[in-house]
Amino acid sequence: MGVIRFDNVGRVFGSKAKPFVALKDINLEVSNKEFVAIVGPSGCGKTTCLRLVAGFDFPSSGRVLVDETEIRRPRPERAVVFQQFALFPWKTVYANIELGLRNQNVARAEREDRIRQILELMNLEPYRDHFPHQLSGGMQQRVAIARAYVLDPEVLLMDEPFGALDAQTRVVMQEELVRLARRNPRTVLFITHAVEEAVYLADRVAIMTRAPGRIKEVLDVRSIREAEKWDSYEKIEDVMDLESFVHLRTHIWRSLREEKAAAAA
Amino acid sequence: MPKRIDFTRSLVLGLGGLIAFLGLWYGLSASGIVPPLFLPTPFEVLDRFIDLLDRRFAGATLPAHLAASFERFAYGFLLAAIVGIPLGLLMGWFRILDEIVSPIFDGLRFIAPIAWVPFAALWFGTGIGGPILIIFAGAFPPCVINAYRGAKFVDPRLIEAANMLGTPNRRVITEILLPASVPSIISGLRVSAGLGWQSLVGAELIVASTGVGYMMVQGQANLSTTTVMSGMIAIGLVGLALDTALRFAERLIERRRGMET
Repeated sequence: MGVIRFDNVGRVFGSKAKPFVALKDINLEVSNKEFVAIVGPSGCGKTTCLRLVAGFDFPSSGRVLVDETEIRRPRPERAVVFQQFALFPWKTVYANIELGLRNQNVARAEREDRIRQILELMNLEPYRDHFPHQLSGGMQQRVAIARAYVLDPEVLLMDEPFGALDAQTRVVMQEELVRLARRNPRTVLFITHAVEEAVYLADRVAIMTRAPGRIKEVLDVRSIREAEKWDSYEKIEDVMDLESFVHLRTHIWRSLREEKAAAAA
Repeated sequence: MPKRIDFTRSLVLGLGGLIAFLGLWYGLSASGIVPPLFLPTPFEVLDRFIDLLDRRFAGATLPAHLAASFERFAYGFLLAAIVGIPLGLLMGWFRILDEIVSPIFDGLRFIAPIAWVPFAALWFGTGIGGPILIIFAGAFPPCVINAYRGAKFVDPRLIEAANMLGTPNRRVITEILLPASVPSIISGLRVSAGLGWQSLVGAELIVASTGVGYMMVQGQANLSTTTVMSGMIAIGLVGLALDTALRFAERLIERRRGMET
């Protein structure tokens, strides 16, 4: 299982005298093995949403639940992929991926087995003894994804994971993530400000308003993807050319532009 | 290759400065402006220095005095590192320990190491304990402070990543905080070694019957300024060697982490 539920969640930062309302009345449910992307203008609190599920931060009001249990601390069942990778620079690729398994007291032989599998899946085998700084950004993010996936988490939390990558690498990673997610589905909460990315990857896309962040609308991408057979196209640019894709993308763009205009006003 | 030119440039300028300094020194003492007893010439000092390499003065040759000093230094310095680094890391991680220890520590660290001399003499006499205490007093604070800073300023995302991976506290300290703090700890050790080595001579001036400091006091008692200056040069050279070794370690670690600039 891995059902995430935001139940009237609010989050206020700052002091009592000068409060900053980051999130207000967030209600959202992510079903088991569903891929939900949250898009919104910068500073709208989308990363805060993810941090609440991770257990790095806690709501000021309302509740965040995973499988109907309130979140109290970070857990390996809710693995996080960070925008800046957050790999341990003094550990090799192998040791980075191994730490979570060691924490769960997985026996050495089984650790080796599982890490070998994930390295193979992520095309990382030749780099197992490299240190993170010896790898490109895309490779580093692959390691971070492998580090999360190897724990077989119920929930995968991705905070603008491709935001720090160049455009070409980004596309490759998006295609790989789709491959990985279809082959090995997990409940995924994916934060991004890139609209195409959200539409390409997600089953549903939640659009947030500018601060105080609320969920403005939730779009069902999955039914359109399945009806229009997006997955039969191998390349992202072919999907992006489809009328159904363009239509959805434009809809989200308009919605976000309203937010931007409101912010400027 | 601008890097090479920079290196040649600093070498030339550095050597130039040294020669000018020695020239001024020689001028002052050889001309008699300063009486030779107060300030021997560089050549006299060099003669004495070479002489002391195999002639016993105050019970031992210069290398033997240095070895005795270095042994004390090593004990005091290692003790400071062994106690100070874990204490600093734990203070950086456990807020409550920080709150308990910080006020005491902040007060104590302003006491100059040499101020411990009376107690060093009282508690340990002329035994090895006295100098070790004084070196420890000099070397301890930078160990604690830099380990503490290292632990405090670890990228919070790395801590979050470790927590998310279910890493227990003990392992966060040994596998995340400690390695993340290594650059800061090494620069702390550099400061520590400098302060410890400086304090050592102060300690030996008073509570020892061997060592470079002791040799210098005996030199002063015998009006042998060349002996005192030979001691000073030996101290300077060993200090420089220590610092160079630690700086080398610092670079090595930075390179390994890909932080080379």
